Amino acid sequence: MNLHEYQGKELLAKYGVAIQEGFIAHNLEEAKAAYKKVEEKSGSPVAIVKAQIHAGGRGKGGGVKLVKNAAELEEVAGGILGMMLKTPQTPGGLEGPGKLVRKILVAEDSYTPEFDQCKEFYMSIMMDRAEKKNVIIYSTEGGMDIEEVAEKTPDLVHKEHIDPTLGLLPFQTRKIAFNLGLSGAAFKDMTKFIAKLYAAFVGADASLFEINPVIKTGDDRIIAVDCKVSLDENALFRHPELAKQRDTDEEDPTEVEAKAVGLNFVNLDGNVGCMVNGAGLAMATMDIIKLSGGSPANFLDVGGTADAERVEKAFRIILRDENVKAILINIFGGIVRCDRVANGVVEAYKNIGDIKVPIIVRLQGTNADIAKKIIDESGLEVHSAVLLKEAAELVEKLVG
Amino acid sequence: MSVLVNKDSKIIVQGFTGKEGTFHAGQMIDYGTNVVGGVTPGKGGQEHIGKPVFNTVAEAVSKVGADTSIIFVPPRFAPDAIMEAADAGIKVIICITEGIPVQDMVKVKEYIEDYDCRLVGPNCPGVMTPEEAKVGIMPGFIHRKGRIGIVSRSGTLTYEAVDQVTKAGMGQSTCIGIGGDPIVGTTTKDAVELLMNDPDTDGIIMIGEIGGSMEADAAYWVKENATKPVVGFIAGQTAPKGRTMGHAGAIIGGADDTAEAKMRIMESCGIHVVQSPADIGITMANALKA
Repeated sequence: MNLHEYQGKELLAKYGVAIQEGFIAHNLEEAKAAYKKVEEKSGSPVAIVKAQIHAGGRGKGGGVKLVKNAAELEEVAGGILGMMLKTPQTPGGLEGPGKLVRKILVAEDSYTPEFDQCKEFYMSIMMDRAEKKNVIIYSTEGGMDIEEVAEKTPDLVHKEHIDPTLGLLPFQTRKIAFNLGLSGAAFKDMTKFIAKLYAAFVGADASLFEINPVIKTGDDRIIAVDCKVSLDENALFRHPELAKQRDTDEEDPTEVEAKAVGLNFVNLDGNVGCMVNGAGLAMATMDIIKLSGGSPANFLDVGGTADAERVEKAFRIILRDENVKAILINIFGGIVRCDRVANGVVEAYKNIGDIKVPIIVRLQGTNADIAKKIIDESGLEVHSAVLLKEAAELVEKLVG
Repeated sequence: MSVLVNKDSKIIVQGFTGKEGTFHAGQMIDYGTNVVGGVTPGKGGQEHIGKPVFNTVAEAVSKVGADTSIIFVPPRFAPDAIMEAADAGIKVIICITEGIPVQDMVKVKEYIEDYDCRLVGPNCPGVMTPEEAKVGIMPGFIHRKGRIGIVSRSGTLTYEAVDQVTKAGMGQSTCIGIGGDPIVGTTTKDAVELLMNDPDTDGIIMIGEIGGSMEADAAYWVKENATKPVVGFIAGQTAPKGRTMGHAGAIIGGADDTAEAKMRIMESCGIHVVQSPADIGITMANALKA
């Protein structure tokens, strides 16, 4: 689950991490009020307006702008609120439709007054799956695309692994601060910053923190200016207050709907819809579709109980996609009995009525033969298969 | 022989009296698996589906000599259940539970390292040695005793592979579902190594998916140590970057953990890589003939 920048900053602040202060606004009135508060707090009329959407590269699409006075604020905030913001990470990239900006963060300009004295760093925390440890990744090259930095100048990207039992140790925070070239008050502040940041990461059961940039201000304070936070969905039971911060406006509406009925669905842009039990088999089914000359329109794991109700919901969700030219149902019945799934398919088909795309049903496992009979005798426009190879051939025949 | 579990394994079920535990323990017993009891704290002394219930794993070890455990405990209590099993001296711990927080698993991994035990899972279908022991949630009837070992991160896709192997006229020595989470107890390489050293396994099927580096690690190991053919498949050739595909661990993070990259590495290490999941069984049959 992803948080917005402002939510991530609230989380960091709770753990005492110094952040770029700011206030959230949903409309122009709130934006003006937020600007006033920022001006009072920072003592400067300069502020930053930042679009709050779940995608990086917001500056590139015009979603992050500096304002020097109240009049500018009004103009900029009015422009960003309600805009369709296109970034390299929004659906379809810079050529796509973009994402609607529903809220903005009006924040202090952490770089003033002594802009020349500021320094930007990169810092992220995540799980290193190979090492089975959390790792802090950091670099002196802040404010840039870290993947690019890692490719061009790998020496400038450092990693520090954390012992799972002991946690982050003081010498590690010092090592990082030294490697970032800091000294004096800024060095001290950085060691504290890192310790608090790591405490927040563990405390919130995060799967990713990316602070880009972390800055050293002109007066030697260390501040998180931006932040990207992803949380471990499996740990949300420990964090009901964070779970509430899920912004479904930022998610694909079909995926949200599917999730509500217990279906694991990911929207893709192909022409063959699929409905499968089990995540691994679902991915393998998508591969089969591709190899047969089609392209998968979705990932859909119906889970362990593929009954008529779920099959019908899954059908309806897949059919909403106008690009879908065929649907492949692939169920390996283990504990789930194939004859029940077959009855579910027939019932769902009849309930929906007018299905215009061809459907391939491949049921294998417990009672597969009875299931094939049910499908074949239903009188429906359904092609049945038993072997995965047969299903692939049917896909090829229909859309290849 | 076989690996991890066999007819002599003394198996207990943690979360025995719960809905999942009851159902699957029943299926395991019906298959002929040597289930010697179960653990549900507070219900010790009772009998459940014909087997004794114990309050602690330690009690089950001392009273019925349990050496293997299968865990059906909800995600927030499962990490504790794994550590309890390790501490009690259980040698093979198989955790079926899906949805354990990653940070919890990191601590569990670290904790059990000090014990002489092997964890399989979590978020896995379990381990199956046909005609000897079904320690998991897989359908028993698709398996047939034989000499092909299977390692997989998935559930139903493993059943698919098992079914193809059986239909191609072969059978399975042991099938190991290692689980779909980012952190698992037994890695692909660990499981492949077990099967490579098993005198009763003639060929190994290794089924991976997008995300992480387990298949690449296993492939490099195979390159140096293979004494029998390995057939490999990676699910998720069409998966988009950065999206979790059902399994918590199935997410492409960079250029190295796509299906294409993994298949390339496996191929270069001498593994028979299949592009289509429909060709797993036939490819194994051909590899054995060569």
